[in-house]
Amino acid sequence: MRTTRFIVPAAAGVLVVAGLAGCGGGDDKETKGAGGPIVVKATDTACEVGTTEVDAGQVSFKVTNSGAKVNEFYVYAAGDRVMGEVENIAPGLSRELRVELPAGTYETACKPGMSGRGIRGALKVSGTAASVAPDAALSQPTASYQRYVTSQTAALLTKTEEFVAAVKAGDVAKAKALYPVARTYWERIEPVAESFGDLDPKIDGREEVVEEGMQFTGFHRIEKDLWTTGDISKDGAIADQLLTDVKAIVAKANAEKLTPLQLANGAKALLDEVASGKITGEEERYSHTDLWDFNANLEGSKAAIAALRPALEQRAPELVKQLDAEFANVEATIGKHRAGDGWKLHTQLSKTELKELSDSINALAEPISKVAAVVAR
Amino acid sequence: MSEQSTEAAPVVAARGKSLSRRRVMTLAGVGVAGVAGVAAGAGALVRGSDHAAANDAAAGSVPFHGEHQAGITTPAQDRLHFVAFDVITKDRARLIALLQEWTAAAARMTAGKDAGLIGAVGGVPEAPPDDTGEALGLPPSQLTITVGFGPTLFRDAQGKDRFGIADKRPAALADLPHFAGDALKPEISGGDICVQACSNDPQVAVHAIRNLARIGMGVVSVRWSQLGFGRTSSTSRDQATPRNLFGFKDGTANLKAEDAGLLREQLWAQPGDGPDWMTGGSYLVTRKIRMQIETWDRSSLAEQEQIVGRTKGSGAPLGKRDEFDEPDFAAKGDDGQPVIAETSHVRLAHPTLNNGARLLRRGYNFVDGSDGLGRLDAGLFFMAYQRDPHKQFVPIQTQLSRHDAMNEYLRHVSSALFACPPGVRDDADFWGRALFA
Repeated sequence: MRTTRFIVPAAAGVLVVAGLAGCGGGDDKETKGAGGPIVVKATDTACEVGTTEVDAGQVSFKVTNSGAKVNEFYVYAAGDRVMGEVENIAPGLSRELRVELPAGTYETACKPGMSGRGIRGALKVSGTAASVAPDAALSQPTASYQRYVTSQTAALLTKTEEFVAAVKAGDVAKAKALYPVARTYWERIEPVAESFGDLDPKIDGREEVVEEGMQFTGFHRIEKDLWTTGDISKDGAIADQLLTDVKAIVAKANAEKLTPLQLANGAKALLDEVASGKITGEEERYSHTDLWDFNANLEGSKAAIAALRPALEQRAPELVKQLDAEFANVEATIGKHRAGDGWKLHTQLSKTELKELSDSINALAEPISKVAAVVAR
Repeated sequence: MSEQSTEAAPVVAARGKSLSRRRVMTLAGVGVAGVAGVAAGAGALVRGSDHAAANDAAAGSVPFHGEHQAGITTPAQDRLHFVAFDVITKDRARLIALLQEWTAAAARMTAGKDAGLIGAVGGVPEAPPDDTGEALGLPPSQLTITVGFGPTLFRDAQGKDRFGIADKRPAALADLPHFAGDALKPEISGGDICVQACSNDPQVAVHAIRNLARIGMGVVSVRWSQLGFGRTSSTSRDQATPRNLFGFKDGTANLKAEDAGLLREQLWAQPGDGPDWMTGGSYLVTRKIRMQIETWDRSSLAEQEQIVGRTKGSGAPLGKRDEFDEPDFAAKGDDGQPVIAETSHVRLAHPTLNNGARLLRRGYNFVDGSDGLGRLDAGLFFMAYQRDPHKQFVPIQTQLSRHDAMNEYLRHVSSALFACPPGVRDDADFWGRALFA
């Protein structure tokens, strides 16, 4: 059952979850829900889900965004484990989500503005379809996280395209607005991206890591031009290269199969990113949008842990409790620094506020560093 | 003597057990006779080179359990790493659990073992080690770890009782007053809990603080810390009096471990002094005192000796021959002026001028690099233990801050006060048990 769940981005960007082994090709297969997709009406302030009780099996949602902000829709299991999600639902558009749900209680969430916990609702799934094999606790995480990676890379590609277009059009204001948004999707899956050593420095390298004979390119090069001189008239080629590199890394990331141990180490690596690069303001030294990255790293770490949750609950329930409490603490701490749909600039935070953030990350990273050994045993 | 069996085990039964990083157990000053025999053989294997007997004592261990905390009357070690923590949890149970965890880790580390039960290299490859490893192979080096509780642990700045212990706050722990000339930086002053790690090996002291800070993440956060080298006081008659960075002997008239009567009178909180949980404990005042090294060095020998009130060479009080001669404050010179100036440090700090108040000083020199203007960022990290700071440190420092001629060369930049509870009695006891009972 190990490799039976996967996800492919369909032509129109609709994410289609193929079912368990026997139902592999069932793109047009009827759902076992109430006949037809569950209608989700998303606005900037509401998230109306057509029903709150469905039968176990494949469930599909049709999410329509009638708000003014870009939206996302998630189905979460306990501990915010992502069972399925659609990202980047532009105003006026509809997208479909199909997700395989065993019996249990779940939460649905719309995220207008693509940030925060979202507008939550309960979803009860009953029945016995799609029983999960007993050894699934550790075979599932990779598939579950792969869904997450694929959704993030799709959005990364879209937002990078928009960012590159704005840079090439010389639209400084638009490029500045898109910069931290595109980077959010990058930062959520950074350990995966970083595993492709040659591409990472081209996309995300900071000025000081550029070696002799190598050009300073990628996000941070354009960031520097946007925020220091405001002159991006010569950045067209760099922008094109960025998009080429992002496309390459997206293809690689989507093909990558991470082991549970890699997931555990990735969850820790994301927090190390926060501790070493974001708290200090080094990562976004020109734009000072470090808190966007901070939150994206945090979300990525949480997604990796959520994918491992069934295994952790079996093997180390106390650790799960500790992680839940510390994730909540970090979220509450960074939550104080929201600004609209985004985040305050690093330079707007006092030293005391930064220390509080640092303390909260340390408190989370210590227990997270214990996950790998639990998964490996 | 469970220490003994644990220490005997590692060479034979290291697999899957805590790997003792320090198999060198030699005769320390007191109380480690139980482990000495075991160590003799194993120690030679590890060290590989000869050490003089004196070095063996300096490498040995100091008993962790006892009536009083170690690290107060323990003969002052050469090195210090001191840290003040803020408690960042609101959860009393988590704080108590941390104090228990800390106590267990400190008992292990002071015995020369790893901070955690698994050790620096004893665990599975996927897990981060529960000891950070930089003390592997090093002897205990007389490591002592001493804990104290600051006023803000009891009530926060708004007066809120943080952990249900406000009614147990001793009167002696009332905030220190502002002294003339204080230039205190809040970010390196105060703190809810302090940990003093002293050792003859700086790596061993740093290892202790680093591992305790790591264990505490999520419950406490490092507020400030200070490294010290070169003890500036002797706390035992067996020790020679060391010099501070002004080049003078410091701590000649210090309270010493041998003065049993004085220690009761001046050092240890006695029954009835305050809340019972502090009986057998002591109050610690720390002051980071920046020295204006360069201007001091340009002042004449005569001026330096006038300011201190002692000769620079022997440390004898002015007008006397030997270091330990009693100063004669009444003596006048040919010019009719006091031989020991009215504004000299030794006079103003002397017990006879302060109602008999004495301190057990345990400070260290510090050099925190330079200050960007080409001057050494250096001075004295002053530490003094006492029975009641408001009857001892406060009147003495009030005198000094007003009149001491040395003030021209000093700046107090950090200040803190802590109540250090009595000793941890046994494996079932822990730091703060009586406070949180």
